Amino acid sequence: MSTLKVDQVSKLYRATSRAGGLTPALRKVSFDLPPGEVISLIGESGSGKTTIGKVLLRLVQPTSGTVTFDGKDIAGYSQRGLREYYRYVQGVFQDPFSSYNPIYRADRVFDLVRGAYFPKISAGDWSAKIEAALDAVALNPADVLGKYPHQLSGGQQQRLLIARALLLDVKVLIADEIISMLDASTRVDVLNLLVKLKRQGLAILFITHDLSLGNYVSDRTIILRHGAIVEMGATEKIFGNPQHDYTRMLLSAVPELHKKWQRTPVGAVPAAVAASTLTQASLLDELTHAEQVVKRDLRAVFGGSRAVASGKSQVAVALEPPTLREFEPDHQVADPE
Amino acid sequence: MSVSVQNLSVAYRSRRGDVTAVDNVSFALADGEIMGLAGESGSGKSTLGNALVYLDQRMKATGGTVTVDGRELPIADTRAMRPLRMTEVSLVPQYAMSALPPTRKIGKLMTDLLKSHRVGDQRAVMTELKRRLELIGLREDVLDKYSFELSGGMRQRVTIIMSTLLNPSLLIADEVTSALDVSTQRAVGEMLLEFRDRGFVKSVITITHDLAILAQIADSIAIMYAGRLAERASTDAIVNSPLHPYTQALIASLPEVGVRHDQVTLTGIPGRPPSLVSPPAGCRFRERCPFAFDKCTQTPPFVEIEPGHTVACWKASDERGAAAGRAGQEQAV
Repeated sequence: MSTLKVDQVSKLYRATSRAGGLTPALRKVSFDLPPGEVISLIGESGSGKTTIGKVLLRLVQPTSGTVTFDGKDIAGYSQRGLREYYRYVQGVFQDPFSSYNPIYRADRVFDLVRGAYFPKISAGDWSAKIEAALDAVALNPADVLGKYPHQLSGGQQQRLLIARALLLDVKVLIADEIISMLDASTRVDVLNLLVKLKRQGLAILFITHDLSLGNYVSDRTIILRHGAIVEMGATEKIFGNPQHDYTRMLLSAVPELHKKWQRTPVGAVPAAVAASTLTQASLLDELTHAEQVVKRDLRAVFGGSRAVASGKSQVAVALEPPTLREFEPDHQVADPE
Repeated sequence: MSVSVQNLSVAYRSRRGDVTAVDNVSFALADGEIMGLAGESGSGKSTLGNALVYLDQRMKATGGTVTVDGRELPIADTRAMRPLRMTEVSLVPQYAMSALPPTRKIGKLMTDLLKSHRVGDQRAVMTELKRRLELIGLREDVLDKYSFELSGGMRQRVTIIMSTLLNPSLLIADEVTSALDVSTQRAVGEMLLEFRDRGFVKSVITITHDLAILAQIADSIAIMYAGRLAERASTDAIVNSPLHPYTQALIASLPEVGVRHDQVTLTGIPGRPPSLVSPPAGCRFRERCPFAFDKCTQTPPFVEIEPGHTVACWKASDERGAAAGRAGQEQAV
């Protein structure tokens, strides 16, 4: 069983803006990603969802906490160990157009895998392997092989990148917003492909801000806010009976075809400066920008950014996430912050 | 009719000849109407929106007229368009998040705008500006900030405020909600409604590939495919009883909240839109359409099948024609 285990992972980013200081991107996040399961990781911009993906792919070193794969801490991998790790854990990212080098043909991504992992394979075996991988993602080899990236649609490009991951013995796929840039007509094909791969035993971390897409593919759901888990559990429980105010707010904002938002129309234009009628709007800004608030708090507590950087144990206190409590089996909710 | 577009065609100059990205498009908007313009990437929806405001050097209008408030817009003459921009027609550009220059404070951008449009009573406009900022929940001090100091949602709202500051008759909002989180998306969508209700803009064309957001804010929806309009009707008709096979497929491919893969398997649309360099004759959706038949090799006319419901599809118009014929016969009997 190749379970990817995330244990108490925190990440502090050093801010580069004039204000300086540290931004807590992840606050003691823990979850397991077992084989054959799709977990959607849902959060707004700045919630730390992409950082989790990067930590799992060892593109970012966590400030504290561990990620283990098959019981081994991935931080300890040597260069060779890391290469073996990538044989099993692969990522696909949001923007397919910038995942390819536009000068080369798109199938160069396959050649790179061959060079790194299968240097001794025969040409015949290799093309059989490619054909099998393309078949798994429902691409016709004649449509994509030998083509340049600009000749492929976004959906084809994303599926080609998934096929590239399948060439390896991939057990875990980190899918970071892989369909948010695709047209509605092609994004469903990629979604259905993920479902098919999951049935074959692949573990998928589906990172998204789109709740309806997350709901469609996933078995379990994690709602992330300001780098901490606020609600986590079986997808139907979270969507059917959301407990945290933040989850409820997110769900109420999802645009649905057959249900209109509840909106209170405003009356006549007041002559004087109007009171803020769209109070929700300002509230939302505070929500998305609460990371800044946290940062400010950090500085208020420790005075200046340097103090924050040096006082490691104090930072640990500020990084404390809200406590998760079990609401029902397989459904945990955080205390309000 | 406050806005009327008749037989508009727009082409891009390219080394392989002109590529017609908007092909013979006609529609009209009533005062206070928010029209959603939806379609796949490359369908020409942004080109159509841009053409109404600013034709850049690669683009040229190859035919058609645009009338706003009874006055024809000289869209082909970029110099003559200049005084009309922001006052008659205005655009919130795609990627509005990065449309604000980083080297000037927001307030300076606003006064620059007033100066270049020779607004007489600048103080009154600035007071109105502050009132609008307050209305949408932004503090006055954003005027003292640089664009990079604002969050994505705030930047988007500042851009919309700026584009509507001189109360244009027609606002083109290009993908204003696309790169935003659901909660911010909702705030921006409601802001458009609010501005329409308060008369800051008369009519709005909002361009997006997200039909679900249009279902929330648009009064009517036009579906564009490969440079042509495929269907145009009220939001309710598009969402609940679409007639064009392309619209039907688009609606069917959207997952709804609460739908899981083990209950319903959604289907995409096979194939890709045709290249516009040498588009095929006849209906352009033919290759991907499950209902295509021999008549589809001719270009279907964009006809009104029901009051306010216009479709370019032989199947839809034939069926309605037959139904109307039967109804006529029955009445005669």
